[in-house]
Amino acid sequence: MENTTKDRPVQSAERRLFLRYAGVATGAILIQSCVDKDYMTTPIPGTGVTTVDLGSGDIGILNYAYALEQLEAAFYTQVIATPYTGMTDTEKTMLTEIRDHEIIHRDFFKAALGAGAIAGLEVNFSAINFTDRASVLGAAKTFEDLGVAAYNGAGKLIKDVNYLALAGKIVSVEARHAAAIRSLLSPKTASFAGDDVVAPATGLDPAMAPLAVLTAAQPFVKTTITAANLPK
Amino acid sequence: MNLFKIFQDIEAIDGDATERLAYYSRRSLLGLGKKALTVSAPVVMASVLNEAYAQTSSVQDVLNFALTLEYLEDDYYQKGNAAANLIPAADKAIFTQIGKHETAHVALLKGALGAAAVAKPTFKYTATTFTDYPTFLLLAQAFEDTGVRAYKGQAGNLLGMDVLTTALQIHSVEARHASEVRRLRGLRGWVSATDEAPAAVYAGEDLTTQATVNLVTLTGKSADRVREAFDEPLTKAAVLAIAAPYL
Repeated sequence: MENTTKDRPVQSAERRLFLRYAGVATGAILIQSCVDKDYMTTPIPGTGVTTVDLGSGDIGILNYAYALEQLEAAFYTQVIATPYTGMTDTEKTMLTEIRDHEIIHRDFFKAALGAGAIAGLEVNFSAINFTDRASVLGAAKTFEDLGVAAYNGAGKLIKDVNYLALAGKIVSVEARHAAAIRSLLSPKTASFAGDDVVAPATGLDPAMAPLAVLTAAQPFVKTTITAANLPK
Repeated sequence: MNLFKIFQDIEAIDGDATERLAYYSRRSLLGLGKKALTVSAPVVMASVLNEAYAQTSSVQDVLNFALTLEYLEDDYYQKGNAAANLIPAADKAIFTQIGKHETAHVALLKGALGAAAVAKPTFKYTATTFTDYPTFLLLAQAFEDTGVRAYKGQAGNLLGMDVLTTALQIHSVEARHASEVRRLRGLRGWVSATDEAPAAVYAGEDLTTQATVNLVTLTGKSADRVREAFDEPLTKAAVLAIAAPYL
């Protein structure tokens, strides 16, 4: 059943958003400028930033999710901006929808975190060949599987039941993506939930701790992400 | 938790409930042509069940609830995979994999519950379920998407516990299954339109606001994309109302 109670941090985030948005039709750029300035000393991407710290407690976990969603959104934005050779219409439709989901997730976390949000991360996709289908879909598979494992591992660290509910609403969508991407790579096989990811004896997806996830993600992020204060 | 006891409990609270449940059961999941009925009936039942179970949240209850759903899924795919001339050769590998996971989930939950595990119920299906592939696919989708919503609805009862991790690890596998089965049916892997059927399975999936943030306004993306980006939970009562016809 949908939880109708409004928890305080998100409510206050919305109030801030409303004030910022008053009279503004679309405002992702506005939010960016308002939120980034008042958190830590981290400059905006492209201006020589070096490090962001995710923070502690539930805010730290939400920032962790926000960081991963930033990475995914940036990746699919590039995929659609420079489609790989031979991308079919069906593939383009699917990948565009996934891009939009990730942008929605990213913007949602940013709005919910308000002034507590980390800065925008600078990504590094130099290892991905965006003209090559196998390279792009292989990276997509990595990101989606990693996202699923990350949310699965983070759930237990969340203290506020409303935040847990939000993470739960998102993780299954990431799992749907993961299966869809895997099917593009290997249609009509067991790969959508293959033995390489879902343990065959238990039927369980992985659950990874934040530090392990960040280690795996860091090669794709130029900004150094530190997570020493996250719950363990 | 024991399924027969559930019905007795409800009867004690609402004397007409069992009779109404039997009435609605006859026309639930596969009554796709009767959309108006499928919309309202489980909602009515959910409200009755909610009264009875609003306070139930012990870990053992959550796990037995999950086990019951896994029993149903496991039974369903065992029968489907064993049926001659049902699953086309090209799709066999997919359902073998799904069935393997459901069997593993049953074993895992039974192991976790030990002597407290509920016994496997006897399930019943309509006549064409294992002879007509579109019917089989439709029900598979309904079970998987309901399973995703069911686990999600129980997460809060396991807050901060190790067992929450296990539940989440099952939850995301059900979502992988759901995505695959949906695409076999020519649908998106994610829950999208507001009129998806069976209606009870998708009731309440149409939100465009999360944690008071209107995401259409925030992102400029369509309502469809926003709805797809978030899967919604179902209460235990709503899930049991959906599963009731098969129990």
